[in-house]
Amino acid sequence: MAEAPVSDLGLSPELADAVVGTWAEDTETAYVIAPDRILDVLTHLRDAQGYDFLSNLTCVDYQGYGGKLRGDVSERLEIVYNLYSTRRGGGSVALHVRVPADDTVPTATSVYPGANLQEREVYDLYGIKFDGHPNLRRILLWDGFHGHPMRKDWHEAYYEEDAKPFRSRHPKGDYEFHEDKLPWAKNTTYPAGWDPDSWQEAVAYVPVSQAPQHENKPHLDTESIVVNLGPHHPSTHGVFRMLTRVEGETILALEPEMGYLHRNHEKIGERNTWLMNMPFTDRLDYLNSMSNNWAYALAVEKLADIEVPERAEYLRVIMAEFTRIVNHAWSIGFILNDLGALQTPALYAIEEREMILDLFEAVSGARMMCNYMRFGGVVRDLPEGWHEQAAYLANERLPRALDELDRLLTENEILRARGRGVGYLAVEDLIALSVSGPMIRAGGLAYDIRKAEPYGIYDRFDFDIPTLPNSDIFDRYYIRLLEAKESVRILQQALRDMPEGEILGGRGGYTLRAPEGEVYGRLEAPKGELGFYLASDGKTQPWRYHIRSPSYINLNALGPMSVGYKVADAIVILGAIDIVLGEVDR
Amino acid sequence: MFGTGLLKGLGVTLKHALDTFEDDRESVPDRYRGSLELGNNRRVIQQPIDQEGLLTIQYPEEKRLLPERFRYIPMLIWDSEKQEDRCTACGICAKVCPPQCIWIVRDSDENGKPMTRCSDFYIDAAVCMSCSFCVEFCPFDAIKMNHDYELAVYDRYPQLVYDMAELTVPLEYYAALWPTQYEEEQARRKEEEEQKRKQEEEKAAKAAARAAAKSAAAAEESAGAAPRRSAAELQALAKERAAQRQAQAADGGGSDDDAAAAKRARMEELKRRAQERARARKAESGE
Repeated sequence: MAEAPVSDLGLSPELADAVVGTWAEDTETAYVIAPDRILDVLTHLRDAQGYDFLSNLTCVDYQGYGGKLRGDVSERLEIVYNLYSTRRGGGSVALHVRVPADDTVPTATSVYPGANLQEREVYDLYGIKFDGHPNLRRILLWDGFHGHPMRKDWHEAYYEEDAKPFRSRHPKGDYEFHEDKLPWAKNTTYPAGWDPDSWQEAVAYVPVSQAPQHENKPHLDTESIVVNLGPHHPSTHGVFRMLTRVEGETILALEPEMGYLHRNHEKIGERNTWLMNMPFTDRLDYLNSMSNNWAYALAVEKLADIEVPERAEYLRVIMAEFTRIVNHAWSIGFILNDLGALQTPALYAIEEREMILDLFEAVSGARMMCNYMRFGGVVRDLPEGWHEQAAYLANERLPRALDELDRLLTENEILRARGRGVGYLAVEDLIALSVSGPMIRAGGLAYDIRKAEPYGIYDRFDFDIPTLPNSDIFDRYYIRLLEAKESVRILQQALRDMPEGEILGGRGGYTLRAPEGEVYGRLEAPKGELGFYLASDGKTQPWRYHIRSPSYINLNALGPMSVGYKVADAIVILGAIDIVLGEVDR
Repeated sequence: MFGTGLLKGLGVTLKHALDTFEDDRESVPDRYRGSLELGNNRRVIQQPIDQEGLLTIQYPEEKRLLPERFRYIPMLIWDSEKQEDRCTACGICAKVCPPQCIWIVRDSDENGKPMTRCSDFYIDAAVCMSCSFCVEFCPFDAIKMNHDYELAVYDRYPQLVYDMAELTVPLEYYAALWPTQYEEEQARRKEEEEQKRKQEEEKAAKAAARAAAKSAAAAEESAGAAPRRSAAELQALAKERAAQRQAQAADGGGSDDDAAAAKRARMEELKRRAQERARARKAESGE
């Protein structure tokens, strides 16, 4: 891919002039497309070349860019598209569209409906308008937020400097309490013409406000009403709101509302040095910090071309697969919780989770915020006795526990009655909505990045990608159990074959300077495809640090999946997507 | 047949209930195996990995046994052998700190010349994310992770902003919390010191030899101008000087006036208090 000439994109002759250049040829080539031709190119790539999965859509602000490669490009913002093929597997095609600030580009939602949430995020954080988008509103921030925070010239409250380390810390670091110098003036500016006192949150939510008022005229003369589920309850996966229009108990339209936990992780990431971001990734999907660490390390290693020693590769696989079991046990427990089987299945499911977390704590020092991986390996070797305990878990206890969970739940008539046929969405629709992970495998498509585009050393292990045909709640529960069992198989092999040796390669410490360019690195996190889009201008901080989080993008499917089912089902449908708000809101 | 799935599931529930119940009837329940009895129903529990049944740790009477690598908030090491702080105020920890919660004030002598020690060191524990990068990158083994997690206070400021006195612990405290790592570290430090000493000796010897050669040459040029010293004599002199320098350095910067002495006394006092507190904490937690 690195040396690919423009013609390698395989565009038909009438589209050849849509490509106006290439970018970052040394790292991962991206093709720059003329803004007015982007839809044609996307359509062509989807239909003629099988790139059916819009994995990542984001934006980069190049104002004040320090690198050499960009030359005299005048447009400030660049929208980035990363496309994959779920049928064929393999690598991505990266497209860029250059636009000036506050400009409008055509929306990709007509080609890839999954662009919906991602384009709203770009609109929210960068201020690019997408022409023809069905529901272009702010998503992570509220309507009264002034400015677009991911732009390089936007500064947060308590802003100190563009890059860490801050000069005030050493050698004259007399502590100052930041709240004492609260910059109220900066903290509460509103957009022009916007009055907080007269503002009322209107039900301008497009799918909900435009939902059909009466699908089947009931016997009684009733009205459909708008109901807020949340923030909070929807069985407390976090602070999250589902805005629904219901007709009796039936859902006519549903929209996810999020951002309550938004902290602009990505802006923080741009201030941080490369290494400093590692503990921040723990806080994304806080159930799976090991996978997050690995995804970030993988992307940086790809960008800076860092080797990973053999033993570290094994350790990473072991940690990631333990994490997958932890996550799936947790999500199974909570799907059942959402179904009304309060606590018992959840407690049984997380019994072994405790032991795995104890292992994580023994090796990394923390149960959940592990901060265990580094660029070029892992940070600490196993303590004494760890391997035996892990082997006991993988060979004896976990298989037994998963079988027990199977016995407890799978044939349970209530679970089947509540789960069968509920929340159905065809797998083609799921892919079009950019959904990844267990959800599409429960729809019958064996797409797993560990097989489709192997990373680490996954090509050495013998394991299967389980699939189920029905794409409903029950299958989404059961696929997780099957996947956990496959993880146990991988664990057994990895623990058996792990060699002795180095655990951390040479470079990659806190002074790392990644070469100029960009990279999109992804892996199969327990919840789906977790990707890191990184752009570097050759300095010690990332120029752009974007997370393609599976929880967030899988929410694309929440509305379409819930329509026509009961309110009580919507809770389980959300539970079966398996979201963590730390990752959704970032 | 309808209902078999339910019954099967109930069987699992029953098994769990029996496991837990049986465990509770033992004179020493399974979950107390390998745990530390502190009397008065207080225990430090090490959960056995083959434990069946569900267990609740009755915090705060019962606590989990923390693994050695457990990390919470950093602490600063007071080297009790050398009677000095290990921190040299180099600032690497403040530079690598992801949330930038470390604030270091480097000390300077009366002429304003910076010294290799800090006059204060703050960590905002409310901001610290327990990543332990400071520990990883400290070249002097001066900052380590504390296991003390019961830090609740009523106000964030100033209670959760720890200053140097609150952060400093004696080396023994660290050695008790992190025995394995401490052993490794001590071995490495000893080796390094040995090497350093050797290097210094060699350097001194070389300098002496050079000086001897020089003086010999000078003596040859102007014979009889100065009384000659033998090479051995010069070497001994150089050694003496090196020893003097070392003693001075260990003394904390050699001769200083009353103000500096008073400051040092205050620091000593702070350190003593911190040590006392650490000891009390240790006794209380039974570690």
